[in-house]
Amino acid sequence: MLDVNRIRNDFPMLKNKSKKGYDIIYLDNAATTFKPQAVIDTVVDYYTKYSVNAHRGDYELSFQVDTQYESTRDSVAHFIHADRKEIVFTSGASESLNWIAYGYGQKKLKKGDIVLSSEAEHASNILPWMKACEVTGATLDYIPLSEEGRITINAVREKMNENVKVIALAHITNVLGYLVPIKEIASLAHEFGAIVVVDGAQSIPHMPIDVKALDCDFYAFSAHKLCGPTGVGVMYGKYDLLQDMEPFMLGGGSNARFDMCGNILLKDAPYKYESGTPAIEAVLGMKAAIHYLEKIGMQNIHEYELSLKEYMLTKLKALDNVILYNDHNDSGIVTFNIKDVFSQDAATFFSDHGISLRSGQHCAKLLMDKLNTSSTLRASLYFYNTREEIDRFIEVCAKINKDTMLDVFF
Amino acid sequence: MDEMLKDPMVLRQVIMDHYEYPRNHALKKEEGYLNKHMASESCIDDIEVQAKIQNGIIEDICFDGVACTIATSSTSIMSELMKGKTIEEAKHINEEYRKMIDKQAYDEDLLEEAVAFQNVGNQANRIHCATIGWDAIVALMEESEEK
Repeated sequence: MLDVNRIRNDFPMLKNKSKKGYDIIYLDNAATTFKPQAVIDTVVDYYTKYSVNAHRGDYELSFQVDTQYESTRDSVAHFIHADRKEIVFTSGASESLNWIAYGYGQKKLKKGDIVLSSEAEHASNILPWMKACEVTGATLDYIPLSEEGRITINAVREKMNENVKVIALAHITNVLGYLVPIKEIASLAHEFGAIVVVDGAQSIPHMPIDVKALDCDFYAFSAHKLCGPTGVGVMYGKYDLLQDMEPFMLGGGSNARFDMCGNILLKDAPYKYESGTPAIEAVLGMKAAIHYLEKIGMQNIHEYELSLKEYMLTKLKALDNVILYNDHNDSGIVTFNIKDVFSQDAATFFSDHGISLRSGQHCAKLLMDKLNTSSTLRASLYFYNTREEIDRFIEVCAKINKDTMLDVFF
Repeated sequence: MDEMLKDPMVLRQVIMDHYEYPRNHALKKEEGYLNKHMASESCIDDIEVQAKIQNGIIEDICFDGVACTIATSSTSIMSELMKGKTIEEAKHINEEYRKMIDKQAYDEDLLEEAVAFQNVGNQANRIHCATIGWDAIVALMEESEEK
């Protein structure tokens, strides 16, 4: 098990206080995560010690930056068990998924084809596919969820036929936190000649990821959800697919040669997708974040979070003012409501006591159909959260009701 | 001003009463109503406000939708306050309400039950909940004047 007290010392944010002087208890880790000092130092180091462009220049500093920048590709490849040439740096999971829906979807799909997704998806893995279908005449269809909100291999099997060309799913769904059986889905999809696009935003920060074992065709994630900087992420793609698809952005860095007759010779993947000066400090920061997590161990992180979640659930179940929606899920995401209190009013009460969590509709249809409520609260854990924080969270939770929810306004 | 409205316990009850039993909480299908859909980008509140404005007078206001305690009750109170007022009067009430939200001096008597939201400015992220319905009626008044 990991040493949470030692870990907490690495995070400057955890030393801050709320406006009213409470310790900050951060339970919105599915949105983004705090940064350890090692990541902050790496970002600052770039600007204080290097500060020049990568890929360009024949001078010492540029060479150093280039070397560090490219070694991040090795770190990411090692982290997810891919090859370095299959790692494309993007601005984050959303951009990665847009690249795939544009570069692969809009190029390959045609009328009569089907893209399969689910009602539990984040907008970033649905809207780009809606657009790809609109442009190509393909159809977007949804895999039905089980009674508790899960995507099962059987539900996917029932939707499969030879017209399905793409299956786009989150590895862990962002509202209910269920693990989707990607490996089984990929195997089924490949039998039918379809590819599988995985939104890994909610899985890679919390568990070991092996894209070769999953055998997915694309895998997208953001660095900021795994202790890295904002504005950077990764598109993993099988190399042949990356070579075959097209970038939607062209410019410096992506081409090998061009002439005034309009001939453009693009570089090979991954470089053909990396036009313009990237967020160099963020890419370097992502490497520091990955090394930080690897030192703790992804399996340790996974086990710690699940045991913390179980601790939280046991305490939540003992309260009579709490409704739980996903107590059988596979992640550190706890979706709930306080009886008779609208989610946003409860979130304000928590916030007033130094506790940050999310209220929201997340995905209206999913919630209305499966959960029978218009909105929920979401507490999402990370490895720097503690049992003491959960105790405090429970203490505040127990105080919220119809009579107290307006306390903050008086 | 009504002495009762100086008691925080009473003000809480006012908010809860308008949340649990919102007034004018059903949309009309008749002719002559202007519609404004207010869906906040940053939060859950998603309401539709309707007003029937004729000859410079707000004859009716109603609303419906999914919203938090503050958004529902402040819209309900607004609907009662503004109904029957001239556009000029309604704009004046709105200005005083905004002053209160901004923690400036304001006319308590004019705002009646809306003084329940006098501290909403302490929770900056909830100000838009207390003004979402008010923004709607302002937009509807402007729309009626353009016609």
